[in-house]
Amino acid sequence: MITYLQNNSEVVLAALRQHIALALIPVVLGFLIALPIGYLGVRVPWLYHPLVNVCGVLYSIPSLALFVFLPVLLGTKILSPLNIVVALTIYTVALLARTVADGLRSVDALVIESATAMGYRRVRRLVDVELPVALPVILAGLRVATVANISLVSVGALIGVGGLGQLFTRGFQLFYLEPILVGIILSVLLAAVADLIIVLIQRAVTPWTRFAGSRA
Amino acid sequence: MITFDDVVKVYPGGGTAVDHVSLELPTGRTTVLVGPSGCGKTTSLRMINRLISPTSGRVLIDGQDVAQQDEALLRRGIGYVIQHAGLFPHRTVLDNVATVPVLVGKTRREARAAALGLLERVGLDPALAKRYPAQLSGGQQQRVGVARALAADPPIMLMDEPFSAVDPVVREGLHREFLRLQQDLGKTIAMVTHDIDEAIKLGDVVAIFRQGGTLAQVGTPQELLADPADGFVAEFVGRDRGLRSLSFDTAADLPVKPVPDDLELDGAGRPVGWRKTNETVPTGGTFTKTDSLRLVTDLAILSPVGIAVRVGEDGAADGVVRHRDLVDHLEARRSS
Repeated sequence: MITYLQNNSEVVLAALRQHIALALIPVVLGFLIALPIGYLGVRVPWLYHPLVNVCGVLYSIPSLALFVFLPVLLGTKILSPLNIVVALTIYTVALLARTVADGLRSVDALVIESATAMGYRRVRRLVDVELPVALPVILAGLRVATVANISLVSVGALIGVGGLGQLFTRGFQLFYLEPILVGIILSVLLAAVADLIIVLIQRAVTPWTRFAGSRA
Repeated sequence: MITFDDVVKVYPGGGTAVDHVSLELPTGRTTVLVGPSGCGKTTSLRMINRLISPTSGRVLIDGQDVAQQDEALLRRGIGYVIQHAGLFPHRTVLDNVATVPVLVGKTRREARAAALGLLERVGLDPALAKRYPAQLSGGQQQRVGVARALAADPPIMLMDEPFSAVDPVVREGLHREFLRLQQDLGKTIAMVTHDIDEAIKLGDVVAIFRQGGTLAQVGTPQELLADPADGFVAEFVGRDRGLRSLSFDTAADLPVKPVPDDLELDGAGRPVGWRKTNETVPTGGTFTKTDSLRLVTDLAILSPVGIAVRVGEDGAADGVVRHRDLVDHLEARRSS
């Protein structure tokens, strides 16, 4: 495996870079799109249940079907990485819109009431109070979405764009185990590192959650 | 002054929460809105800072209709304290207290410095400043809630059952501090409670609401105890209202008898106890001229010999009161 890595470091690094880009760009885009949608699902109470249902349906579309179907819908080339980015963004929105809504709904009504009574206007209350208090729930969803995306990118290899997944297809075509092993190990490592980074961010931005339930 | 001018609140479901209430809450005083649950007291309170808007009628602050004012600006000038404090879980104690000053444009540094001073003012150890609300006891959270409401020095404070969620011992302490703070600050306070004892203890004016959202009676605690408007008020203020009304009269006019020989005194004339045949029993407490008649009555009843001992400012015994003297005094008080 070491010799394989030495001889193919260019290919493997390119695959890793593509894998990171294909997995994380959708996380960022999906998060930005999910925020307003999730907020709407709380602000307009009757929208919450339809939102949850639509998200569930979207997430249940098989990824391969979406990869193949999107070029038809978007007019992109079948080999364009854009298909993967759009497909994974849809999954991310499906996961996170609900998480954002649940996070905002988890904020204690008394906290919102006292913020209002102290003279917060709606937008500042959302930014200063509701979102920060909802952050633990939202970040937990972000971890799931990130890890799911990292694993889903590999499926793209079946249509020719799949980051580390291409190492699997190549290995199968050549009846050669090394690239498959390298692909598996690197994508697991990538998922673990990404998850760890989010956990560290979570610790840094929500120090107060560590004391929940520990009354002095 | 806060004025309720013929205020009505009807909810879409059809229930009338507040029914033609007109009420004045004097400036610099504590007005307590009290009554059974569902009497409209909380709804009334929340109409002052526009968390609820009246169906008809007006709520005025110093003659200005609150409905005509910008909601957020109005609320920044009104402190608000609720039962479970409603602290922001993601902010430290210090930043919770600094909330409104930051909102009105103070720098974080200025606001925090002022907040630290306020913590001491409400009886909190400044060492708690860096903690999060989840690390505090219920009583501590409630103090932080009061400090937060006071932070921007608003002339008006609204308090909705502020002391109900803590145990009786802690509540007793919070009551004492509330009275001490209010003596210093002289805010215009509107407080809601379901506890008539709390209302009588803390209120300068007490407004008793009855089911259906109407006012049953408004007056000073003394007036309500001495002269309830109807059966509902009489029952609500309680059967021992006569005894409680003694809380409002001091022992200044209460005549005393000379200190008898069997009261043992120390070198400075301070009472030590009552001499019995082969032992000395403690007096069980003493009173001064500024204490209430209720305390004197209590001491006389509890005393091992049925006599309450009065002391001067130096702590030396200067007179005693027996049951019979007390009854004579109450008799005279009633007929005067």
